[in-house]
Amino acid sequence: MYELFKNLGSWLTSGAQWSGSDGIAHRLAEHLQYSLLATLIAMAIGLPLGLLIGHTGKGAFLAINLASFGRALPTVGLVVLVFLASGLSMTPVYVSLVALAVPAIVTNTYAGMTAVDPDVKDAARGQGMRGHQVLFQVELPLALPLIMTGLRLALIQVVATATIAAYVSFGGLGRYVFDGLAQRDLVQVLGGAVLVAAVAVVLDLALSGLQRFLFRHRTA
Amino acid sequence: MIQFDAVHKRFPNGTTAVHDLTLDMPEGGVTVLVGSSGCGKTTTLRMINRMVEPTSGTIRVGGKDVTRQDAAELRRSIGYVIQQSGLFPHRTVLDNIATVPLLLGHGRRKARARAAELLETVGLAADAGKRYPHQLSGGQQQRVGVARALAADPPVLLMDEPFGAVDPVVRTQLQDELLRLQKELNKTIVFVTHDVDEAVRLGDQIAIFRTGGHLVQCATPSELLARPADDFVADFLGAERGLKLLSLKTLAEVPQGPAPEGGAWTLVLDEADKPVHWASQDAEIPVRPLKNEDSLLAALNESVASPTGLIARVDAAGVLTGVSSRDDIHTHAGQAHTEARVAV
Repeated sequence: MYELFKNLGSWLTSGAQWSGSDGIAHRLAEHLQYSLLATLIAMAIGLPLGLLIGHTGKGAFLAINLASFGRALPTVGLVVLVFLASGLSMTPVYVSLVALAVPAIVTNTYAGMTAVDPDVKDAARGQGMRGHQVLFQVELPLALPLIMTGLRLALIQVVATATIAAYVSFGGLGRYVFDGLAQRDLVQVLGGAVLVAAVAVVLDLALSGLQRFLFRHRTA
Repeated sequence: MIQFDAVHKRFPNGTTAVHDLTLDMPEGGVTVLVGSSGCGKTTTLRMINRMVEPTSGTIRVGGKDVTRQDAAELRRSIGYVIQQSGLFPHRTVLDNIATVPLLLGHGRRKARARAAELLETVGLAADAGKRYPHQLSGGQQQRVGVARALAADPPVLLMDEPFGAVDPVVRTQLQDELLRLQKELNKTIVFVTHDVDEAVRLGDQIAIFRTGGHLVQCATPSELLARPADDFVADFLGAERGLKLLSLKTLAEVPQGPAPEGGAWTLVLDEADKPVHWASQDAEIPVRPLKNEDSLLAALNESVASPTGLIARVDAAGVLTGVSSRDDIHTHAGQAHTEARVAV
């Protein structure tokens, strides 16, 4: 056991391991690229959807159920399915990651919108704001903390799951896990896993710190 | 200024909120809508700025049918204050107040300058402008709500239980402020409350509603108190409505005479001739001197508490002008009632 951790330590810290096209730095950049792009696409889908449902109060039942359906989808199964349908490309990976991220974004955006004090919305309308003004000047800014929580959760989930890119022969930190498994190299598997976990934790801390800074004027 | 003509409001679930309402709210006056909850008073108020649409009938503001106007523009021309103030928690107090001027397209600088002016109007310190609503007390938030409603200088102000959520002391202060503001600004105010005392205090006319959205009586406060239309109104006004009427009459006409000398109790004055207390050989009872504009109710209260049955009368500077007896106060209280009953 001790030996294993010692080897893991030297694997993670050796200079050679960090450089080159299959070095940690490059794999990390790939991993972040997949994760950010997938989260951005999910945001482009989930954010307008959540805002629309929250603002109009219509379609909530359908959207929330679709979202939990999306959440229940097994990601690897989805990758294989889309892979079989579309052939070898990054498409199956992005489809699965987006499907994973959208529910967290929609539900949190919707929750943020419904948590806005009805009196405040009433006052906004009563002062003469039009629908879009109420949405963008009042509801959206007030829902923003929860919306950001949704984005953060989505990103963390995506980062943790982006290892599947390697499953269909692409890069990212998952490379170490799948290669390690194939080569029965436990140190490499663990190294990949530790890196993925570390990236997720660091992003989570950084984003929640940013949230606290941005919303320091808000009560509870 | 605001006319309801055969207005009916039925909600989709079948309940009638307002039943065949015809009511005139005169320009420059405070119309108070009272009644227990679910009587349609808030719905009536909200139909004026189209937050609720009438099922039938017409509502005119300044002669124009509200349903023929763009709802958002109509609302910008009418001040609106609600119970929990409804301030925007993510905007500073100043920006909250500047809401309507900004919606009307006035520049940011001009809107902020106007907002700063209004802070003073509603009795808030200038540095409150930079704060966020949650950093203010309930009473202060409500003042900001009033300032926000006044920002574009609308001729009409709708106030939906604006002081309902603050403690009684602050509530009295806010009522005083509103009366003071109204003297200056002369707005047409529609005020919803379920508090009879508040209605009597603020209203030029009071409209009493009964469950089901029926208007039972609309009259001046003294007419209402002296001649309630039916048992419902009488019950709603409460058992002390006789005393409430006295809160509307001033002490000015009650005769006064010189303070008595040589009795068991002497009225002690300070060096500026201001009353301090009643003194006997072994006790001192504080005096609350009354001015001409104080109410008969206050006089009655003070005379009951006074050991001699006399109240101390003072001028605007607080200097003793004389005393009035309990009997004279009673006589005037009786006359006030008779007059209110007989007056048409």
